[in-house]
Amino acid sequence: MALDNNTIKEKLTQKFGDQLLSWQEPYGMLTFTAPKDLNLKVLQFLFDEDDMKFRFLTDLQAVHYPDSIGAELAVVYHLHNLVDNVRIRFKVFTDINKPDVFSATAIYQAANWMERETYDFYGVNFLGHPNLIRILNVDEMDYFPMRKEFPLEEQTRVDKDDEMFGR
Amino acid sequence: MSRPVQYNPKVKFEGIPDGYMGEGFMATNLEKVVSLARKNSIWPLPFATSCCGIEFMATMGSHYDLARFGSERVSFSPRQCDLLMVMGTIAKKMAPIVKQVYLQMAEPRWVLAMGACACSGGIFDSYPVLQGIDQIIPVDVYVPGCPPRPEAVLDGFMKVQDLVNAEGLRRRYSDQYKDLLSGYGIQ
Repeated sequence: MALDNNTIKEKLTQKFGDQLLSWQEPYGMLTFTAPKDLNLKVLQFLFDEDDMKFRFLTDLQAVHYPDSIGAELAVVYHLHNLVDNVRIRFKVFTDINKPDVFSATAIYQAANWMERETYDFYGVNFLGHPNLIRILNVDEMDYFPMRKEFPLEEQTRVDKDDEMFGR
Repeated sequence: MSRPVQYNPKVKFEGIPDGYMGEGFMATNLEKVVSLARKNSIWPLPFATSCCGIEFMATMGSHYDLARFGSERVSFSPRQCDLLMVMGTIAKKMAPIVKQVYLQMAEPRWVLAMGACACSGGIFDSYPVLQGIDQIIPVDVYVPGCPPRPEAVLDGFMKVQDLVNAEGLRRRYSDQYKDLLSGYGIQ
C-alpha cells in the first residue's frame, strides 16, 4: 500500500503525541511544526521506520519572521521518500537571540553544506556541525545578510542617489 | 566562364611610422616601432563569468573575428597576457581572484571591463556583488551594455589598441602610474 499523508500523520502522532503542531497540507504536501529539541528525534524516526523511509533530505533552509517574538527563525526540513515518492516538510522555530538547533549531519550527509548555507545567511547555530563556517559569502562578512533588518542593496555605494534609484 | 571572385577591397593596412627612409634602411623612433608591435599583438586573457562571456565567444568566432586585430592568441595564462578582459558579474568572493590574476600579469598590462556588471555592478545592486571591478584593479576601457554586442567589444578593443599605441615606453615607471597602483594597494 502506498504511503499517504494520513498514515504518516498517524504514525508521527502515535510516536510524538501532541508535541507536533500546525498540521497542514498545502498543495498536498504534509507540513507540520516540531519543537526544536525534537528535530533530530523526528528526523531519525522518519529515516529509520520501515514504512516511512524518508532517506533523502531534499532541502534545508531558514526563514526569518521578525514579528513573531521569541520564534523569529524557522528552520525548514524537506524530506523525500524515494520508494513511495512522497514528500513532507517540517519546521522548527527558534529564538533569534539564541539560534541553537541540533545539526542533522549525523543522519543526513547532505545536511552539511545546507546547514553551512543556512548559517551563512541566517546565523542559525547548528550544534554538532563538524565545520560550521561560511560557504557562499566572503569570510570577512560580519552579519547574516538574509535577516530582514539588513537591506538588500549594497551599502558602500556613493554614486547611487537614493531618490533617483528608489533605494 | 570563370566564377566571379569576391574580395574585400577595404583592407586596412597599418601605416608606416614617420621616419627617414632610404634604400634598405629606415630610421625611426623606437617608441613608435614598439607601440606598433604591441598594439597589433595584444594577447587577451578572457575572465568570463557570465553572459558577457557568451558575447565574447561570438566576438572570437569567425563572424566578428577578434583575430583580425592580432589577438587570435587567447591565453589563460596571465603571465603571457597583455590585456585582462573581465566579462560578467564579479561577486565579492571572486574579487581576490580577479586581483590575483591581475597581479600575475606582467607589465605592461591593460584591463578592459566588459558589460554593466564588470563596470558598475549593473543590475546587481546587492550585498554579495562587487560594484565594479575598478574597486579592486585599475581599468583602462569600459564597454557598456548588458551584454554589449560583439561590435561594442571590438570597439572597446580598438580603444585599447589606441591606448597601447599612444603609451610611452616610460609611462609604467612614472610616479603617476605608481601612485595609481599604490592607490589599489598594489606595489
